[in-house]
This record gives sequence, C-alpha cells and structure tokens, in this order.
Amino acid sequence: MGLFEHVGKFSKFLVLVVSKPEKGKTFFSHIIKEIHKLGINSIGIVVIISLFMGAVIALQTAYNMQNPLLPDYLVGYTTRESMLLEFSSTIVGLILAGKVGSNIASEIGSMRVTEQIDALEIMGVNSANFLVLPKIIAAVFINPFLYILSVFVGILGGLFAGYLTGTVAVSDFIYGVQFGFIPYYISYSLIKTCVFAFIITAIPSYYGYFVKGGALEVGKASTKAVVNSSILILLSNLILTQILLK
Amino acid sequence: MITLKNVNKSFASLKVLNDISVNFEAGKTNLIIGQSGSGKTVLLKSIIGLHEIDSGKIFYSDRDFTAMNLKSRKNIRQEMGMVFQGGALFDSMSVEENVLFPLDMFSKMSDTEKMDRVNFCLNRVNIKNSNHLYPTEISGGMQKRVAIARAIALNPKYLFCDEPNSGLDPVTAIVIDNLIQEITKEFNMTTIINTHDMNSVMEIGEKILFISKGFKAWEGTKEEIFDTDNQALNDFVFASDLYQKIKKVNR
Ligand SMILES: Nc1ncnc2c1ncn2[C@@H]1O[C@H](COP(=O)(O)OP(=O)(O)OP(=O)(O)O)[C@@H](O)[C@H]1O
Ligand SMILES: [Mg+2]
Repeated sequence: MGLFEHVGKFSKFLVLVVSKPEKGKTFFSHIIKEIHKLGINSIGIVVIISLFMGAVIALQTAYNMQNPLLPDYLVGYTTRESMLLEFSSTIVGLILAGKVGSNIASEIGSMRVTEQIDALEIMGVNSANFLVLPKIIAAVFINPFLYILSVFVGILGGLFAGYLTGTVAVSDFIYGVQFGFIPYYISYSLIKTCVFAFIITAIPSYYGYFVKGGALEVGKASTKAVVNSSILILLSNLILTQILLK
Repeated sequence: MITLKNVNKSFASLKVLNDISVNFEAGKTNLIIGQSGSGKTVLLKSIIGLHEIDSGKIFYSDRDFTAMNLKSRKNIRQEMGMVFQGGALFDSMSVEENVLFPLDMFSKMSDTEKMDRVNFCLNRVNIKNSNHLYPTEISGGMQKRVAIARAIALNPKYLFCDEPNSGLDPVTAIVIDNLIQEITKEFNMTTIINTHDMNSVMEIGEKILFISKGFKAWEGTKEEIFDTDNQALNDFVFASDLYQKIKKVNR
C-alpha cells in the first residue's frame, strides 16, 4: 500500500475513533485503565533512562570543557537544556514508541485476528472508538507528566554524576541549572510531548486494527508500528521545532 | 425470519457469493453447510453486515437491512447475537465480565438485574463457579459456552454461530448443538449456524442450505438429505464410509 493510501485510510480510521463514546461511565473507566497501562507502567523505564542520560550529558560536557575560561556551571546549564529541549520529549517519545507502541499494536492486532473486534462490531459498538480513543486521551494526558518527571530526574542524574566524580561542585551545577532559563522551552517541549503521545498511540492502533491473518501478521504489524511511529516522531520533531522555535 | 434475495459478494476479482436467495426461519436451527472455502463465513458475515454485499437484499423480519443507515443498523444489531468460530471472548475480561459487557453497554437494567441476567445466561449454558476465570483459563468447550451465554445476554431475536463445535470432541459438540437448538426453541430465535460437521446436520438440521463454490446448490431438511439426487451434496454429505452405510440402511 502506498503512502497516500495509508494517509487516506488513517484519516478515515481517525474519524471513526474520534466520535462520541457509547457509555460515558465505561469510557471514563477505560481512560483510567489506560493511564495506568500506558503511563504509570512507563515510569520505571523513563526514570532509569533519564537518570543515566542526565549523568552522561553532565560528564560529557564536563570532560569536553578543557578551556579554563568556561565556567563549571555550564555543565548544569547544558544538562538542563538538553533534557528540557530534546531528551525528555523526543528520546523518551522514541523509547515509549517502542514500549507502548508494540504493546498497543499487538493488543489490538490480536483482538482483530481472534475476531474480538468483529464481536464488538456485531454488538453495535464502534470498536475503533471504544478501543483507541481511551488510549489516545490517556497518553496525551499522562505523557506531559512523564516529560516533567524525566527532566527532573535527568537533572538529578547530572548533579549526582558531577558530585560523585568530583568534576562539578553541587553549587555550581545548581547555579547552572537556574542560569538563563527560558520558560517558553517548556511549552515548546510540552507541545511536542503531546503530539508524540498522539503518534505513539494512534499509529500502532491503526496498524493493529487493520491486521489480516494470524499471529505472524500481528508481530509484523507491531514492528511496522514501532518503526513508522518512530519515523513520524522524528519528522514531526523537525517540523514542530521549525514552527515553534523560529 | 431472515430473508436473502440475490445476494452477491466478491473480493477484488474473487467472486465468493453468487446470487444467493434463501429464507431462514424463526424458531428453527438453520444450517449453512459446505466445503471449506465455499463461502460460509463470508455469507454469515454478509448477513450481519460485517461484509458489505455487492448487490442483493437482506431482510430481518421484513426490515430491509441493506437499505439501513449506520444508526438503524446499530439498533438492529442489539437484536443479534453471534458466536464466532474461535469464541472471540474478550481476553482482558473474566467470564462474568464478558457476559456482562453487552448488558453494560446497551441495557438500562440496574446492577443487580444485570448480574441476575449474567448468572441466568451462564447457568443456561451450564457454566458454574467459573465467573472470575479468564478465557485462557477455561477449556475450548467452556469458551464456546460462555460465547453462547454472551450472545444471548441481550435476549436476541437472531442468533448466528460460525462453526460452534469445531475443535470439540464429538460428545461436547453434540452438547453444544443441542444447547443451541434448545435455546432457539425456548426464545423463538432465528438461528443460523455454519458447519461442516455431518453430526450437526443430522442432529439439528431443521433447515439446511448447502452452498458449493459460492452458489446455493441445495436446500431442504435433514430428512430430505437422504433422498437427494444432487451430486455435489451427495459427494459432500456422504463422503465418509459411515454415512454411505447410513444412507443405504435409510433407503
Ligand atoms: N476478507 C477477505 N478478503 C478476501 N477474500 C476473502 C476474505 N474472506 C474470505 N475470502 C475468500 O472467500 C472464500 C470463502 O471463504 P470463507 O471463509 O467464507 O470459507 P468457509 O466456507 O467459511 O470455509 P471454512 O469452512 O474453512 O471456514 C475463500 O476463498 C476465501 O479466501
Ligand atoms: Mg468459515
């Protein structure tokens, strides 16, 4: 299937997804469940990765600053800027595309091949809306919190790394973290995070929903979902950066 | 009663259903039989609207299903129950939640009324003390029975079963067949069952539609099947030695 066909089919799919839910109460409890599945269950991986990345960014910056004229607090500054601007939104987005994306595609895909989606349809339930909308809403709601968590943990990681290796004093690092802070960068990254949250739920849902065949095809769809949502994240990152930071 | 008039369905260049016209009667177990690949599942899914047909008409007790918009179809779907080939129970829900689901979505009952109904349906299919088990934790035969319980939860007028006893041992298969027939009589439903199991045909074939390569090749009752001269049907029904012998005795 060509790119344009996918875009057309995806748009039609979205129209089905974004319609009024059958039962408010059920819908709400589904969102809560998805927040747990997609958000709370991702806290561990986000914390671990952010902690280490923050530490590595701090050390790399410190070891690359041979020039004595450059002040030590730049390490704190650089760690904050990297986490805030790029790491906590884009890299975390990519990692979640792998974790959450494959999960969603295989969940919905196996529901398709075992006719559970048909079972919903024959009951008169709009299956696309029922299965996918709670995921999108949950992710768009919870991922900004994951983003903020990631920024904090990353900066802490940098702080610890600098302190433990004796490369940067805690006070210098903290000064750097507060230095030249541009609040708009947070809005910029939160917008990105929400767009990525949409991508990592909607694209894998789409691939899962239209699986044909059996378990093998579900696996393939899940791989495709991860690859394509990652590419879309990178592409939209570029576009959003051009629009928002220009 | 469900009536089909000149139903045609193809996928790309593959013509799967050819000009099928038939009446499925209320209060009876209507069987669709035919070889693997003959189009049984496609026919059943076309009747319930999971496949759009190319041409022809489908009536549910004189209501033209083919002419309905999405909304009216949704309404009429609440009068349908379906048992899928693999059961299609929701993995993420327990036995009880599976049967409760259609009630939760579409009934205006109170919570206790809903639970009563769930237990009534599970009881009806002889599932006891398994309310909190998950589909993967029960046997294939039990899954089929839970699927039947879920299908009848909303008291449907029309029941569809795609090979309800495939993959089951002969004894359990007959239990399932009889259960479907009893329920059909009890609630005067129009039941359509896909099967290629000859035991089912002999057991519950009150009305039989035989399709071959997408064409309606024969229709009749299980009694009439012994006297047929239809070659394709003969080849299908009396393929096994056992049924050859039964046929001889019967004549
Ligand atoms: N979604 C589809 N797209 C394209 N072709 C299909 C589709 N569904 C079924 N077919 C084709 O239609 C024909 C009839 O298939 P169908 O599943 O109805 O057979 P069946 O009689 O139910 O067989 P079985 O007894 O094995 O279940 C087959 O040739 C099949 O390949
Ligand atoms: Mg079939």
